[in-house]
Amino acid sequence: MSDATATLTAPRRALTGRLKAALVLFVLFALMPPLAAALNDPFYVLIGTRILAFAIAAMALDLILGYGAMVSFGHAAYLGFGTYAVAILASWGVNDLVLQILAAIAISAIFALVTGAISLRTKGVYFIMITLAFGQMAFFFFISLSAYGGDDGVALMQRSTVLGMDLLKSDFGLYYTTLAILVALFVLCHRIVGSRFGRVLTGIRENPTRMEAIGYSPFRYQLTAFVISGCITAVAGVMLANQAQFVSPAFMSWHRSGELIVMVVLGGVGTLAGPIAGAVAALLLEEWLGALSEHWKLFFGVFLVLMVLFSPRGITGLLEKAGIARRQE
Amino acid sequence: MMNLFVLQLLNGVQLGVLLFLIAAGLTLVFGIMDVINLAHGVLYMVGAYLIATFAAATGSFWWGFLLMLPAAVLVGLILEFVVMRRLYARSHLDQVLATFGLVMIATEAVKIIWGTAPLSVPMPDVFSGSIPLMGPLKYPVYRIAIIVAGLAVGLGLFVMVNYTRVGMLLRAGATNRSTVSALGVDINRLFAVVFTLGAVLACLAGALVAPILSVDTGMGESVLILTFVVVVIGGIGSVKGAFLGALLVAVVDTVGGVFGPIWLREIMDPAAAGQTGRVLAPMLVYILMAVILSVKPAGLFGRTA
Amino acid sequence: MTSLTVRNLTKSFGALKVTDDVSLAVEPGEIHAIIGPNGAGKTTLISQLSGQLGSDGGSVSLGDRDITRLSMPDRVKLGLARSFQITSVLPGFTTLENVALAVQAREGSSFRFFGTVAREEALNRAALKALAEAGLDHRADVLAKSLSHGEHRRLELAIALATEPSVLLLDEPLAGVGGEDAETFVANLQRLKGRFTMVLIEHDMDAVFQLADRVSVLVYGRIIATGTPQAIRSDPQVRAAYLGEEEEAA
Ligand SMILES: Nc1ncnc2c1ncn2[C@@H]1O[C@H](COP(=O)(O)OP(=O)(O)OP(=O)(O)O)[C@@H](O)[C@H]1O
Ligand SMILES: [Mg+2]
Repeated sequence: MSDATATLTAPRRALTGRLKAALVLFVLFALMPPLAAALNDPFYVLIGTRILAFAIAAMALDLILGYGAMVSFGHAAYLGFGTYAVAILASWGVNDLVLQILAAIAISAIFALVTGAISLRTKGVYFIMITLAFGQMAFFFFISLSAYGGDDGVALMQRSTVLGMDLLKSDFGLYYTTLAILVALFVLCHRIVGSRFGRVLTGIRENPTRMEAIGYSPFRYQLTAFVISGCITAVAGVMLANQAQFVSPAFMSWHRSGELIVMVVLGGVGTLAGPIAGAVAALLLEEWLGALSEHWKLFFGVFLVLMVLFSPRGITGLLEKAGIARRQE
Repeated sequence: MMNLFVLQLLNGVQLGVLLFLIAAGLTLVFGIMDVINLAHGVLYMVGAYLIATFAAATGSFWWGFLLMLPAAVLVGLILEFVVMRRLYARSHLDQVLATFGLVMIATEAVKIIWGTAPLSVPMPDVFSGSIPLMGPLKYPVYRIAIIVAGLAVGLGLFVMVNYTRVGMLLRAGATNRSTVSALGVDINRLFAVVFTLGAVLACLAGALVAPILSVDTGMGESVLILTFVVVVIGGIGSVKGAFLGALLVAVVDTVGGVFGPIWLREIMDPAAAGQTGRVLAPMLVYILMAVILSVKPAGLFGRTA
Repeated sequence: MTSLTVRNLTKSFGALKVTDDVSLAVEPGEIHAIIGPNGAGKTTLISQLSGQLGSDGGSVSLGDRDITRLSMPDRVKLGLARSFQITSVLPGFTTLENVALAVQAREGSSFRFFGTVAREEALNRAALKALAEAGLDHRADVLAKSLSHGEHRRLELAIALATEPSVLLLDEPLAGVGGEDAETFVANLQRLKGRFTMVLIEHDMDAVFQLADRVSVLVYGRIIATGTPQAIRSDPQVRAAYLGEEEEAA
């Protein structure tokens, strides 16, 4: 009989490859602000923070989309809960980031638990449409919240404090705090994926009937993952509000939910590090196309359609076709 | 009070009829092809732009309407042939991405072609004005015409689905796809027909509503999500479900929006009722959806999953 | 007390009665074979027993516990496991991981979010043991999708073993396995005999008569005879309805 622990080398190799990719990404992120300062263009640091926040959200979505095969089309709602947690608490004089994050997580957990429990009773096309509808429900809720600007949203007077410190006051402070949160959450997601729970979740993705036949009820695990994912996305929202210093329902329109899915697919479904890169790619593409033409969405749309029609496996598939990335198996 | 209620009820029915036209095509596409199409709302918008253009060019609503129909067929066929056809065998995720891309393309293309300023479509003379309903209550003729036209199309669809060969195939396809291919039917042709039919119905809805709305690029958005709610409530693949779902959603949305705050005032103080009502009103249809789905996960008339 | 008691079970698909008033009493430790022509309703019966399919009427008891209304996962937790006629595994998982998941399901909580499951020695060891019993331990770190058909059948068995059932429902474990492979597979099952109760569906008559203590014959959803292999072999009704065809075909 061979040594039990030595039998898992094959999948572990792919795993460490992904860890390396994530590490490279994080190092690049860390080097970006000094580079921007050298180029004398501090504006990049703000864009960078936006990218990092979306990277958190895309990674969170990947946790259920990639590992749980749940195509949630309502994840922008959680971004919204995060942003409004900042705005609403700030209006009550609560400026601490930790409290704001806790509030965002609490409200997201409740919303995800209720809507997830209903959505997860269905599958496929139903699931996509129902999550979309619930996302839209949250969107309309904040639109009619006239105390916080309704449709127009509300500007934030100041950035959050961190345990009394003005850590986020400078753009650099905000950037590195967001980066630190991204890294911490990546480690968290990475651990979850490799844990007992993660294995069950992935098993349900691969073959739910088989999982039931060995004693698992998929619903409980999927719902738990759904809630975790929503809560992490809300953290992204909190950082996004600090970055924009402005909060409005626009953060939670269904287009945002669509963009989050695009980021995940662009970077590679079920890889965690991939969607982080996907967020970078999607937002830079947006910036770049936006600078070229006011009708950049036209090009982005064409890009999406072509990507799906000609490369079934997203950007990774494209790269493989071009012989740039190695096919993994 | 009673008058207001009747008025809102009629508005609800009018919206419901439009939603039904859009949802009927969508539910068939979902049910038969198992394809999710986010770009369906765009077709509704395109219908409105088409009639606006043709009506302006010919100076007549009726010519505009007649020209809109073949154009809508063309749009449906092209969309099916160029994109949708390649998506049938793909994952839902791919379908979401590609049709999301289509939404972006169509919305921007419309902006480029027609600009961002809203267009308006003249109301046909025969239907302008209002007719008295009861007491001092009057209702616009055109809205009644929409209701009648929508019901007529609905009836036609009902006859087609229940009494024709295509309809038989549609029903068979919605419950069991392999049956249809076992019958030796050219699946590709059937899909193209269904998709184009759905596209034309959505365009028709957009064209019908154009004279009473300002035609702009945002009009597809709000309707798309409501249509999803309708389809989910009614049960995917069920035209009957789409009809009842559409009326239910539209009436709850319209009547609830106005009367919610009024009823709330009975149980709480006016200021709080106004505030709560304003927040709750737009969420009503989603709450309705949540309630129905918790009882019947496959919708009112859906196959049990 | 019987291990598995089935009383008057029925199931229809539309107008088609697939399970028609089936009653069975499976004794502890026995291998109870169910044979019958294609489309007789054997897989449907197994699915009803395992809880994957609901029943229209009748009841199922495991020991003295009525499990008719329990879900499939709940039945597994009580010790009723099944294998699938058409291999159903987790294709992207290694052979060992497939089995380790079954071990994990019965041992401890799966709501653990941090420890690395791949390094849990206890899980891997128990999984490897089940793999060895099914004769597949040498393929532990291969992805399930790259296994051969015969190996898939062994993996089906190993996964079911890992749930440590008291009653195991085997749906044509030998489907598509031939020659020498089939012989070692039968020997594997022979070794497991007595450890738990087995309900065995099988078309391979050699295997059935070698393994089974009792045989029930299912035709058009009805059990037409139950008895020892010898009794069944010589039952004229069975020969007419079922074995006759086999012999003609052979
Ligand atoms: N989900 C279903 N819907 C409708 N009919 C079904 C369904 N499942 C099985 N059947 C029908 O029920 C009958 C019994 O099928 P079942 O798979 O139980 O037979 P079986 O005895 O296992 O056959 P085999 O020896 O080929 O495995 C067949 O006629 C089959 O077509
Ligand atoms: Mg069978």
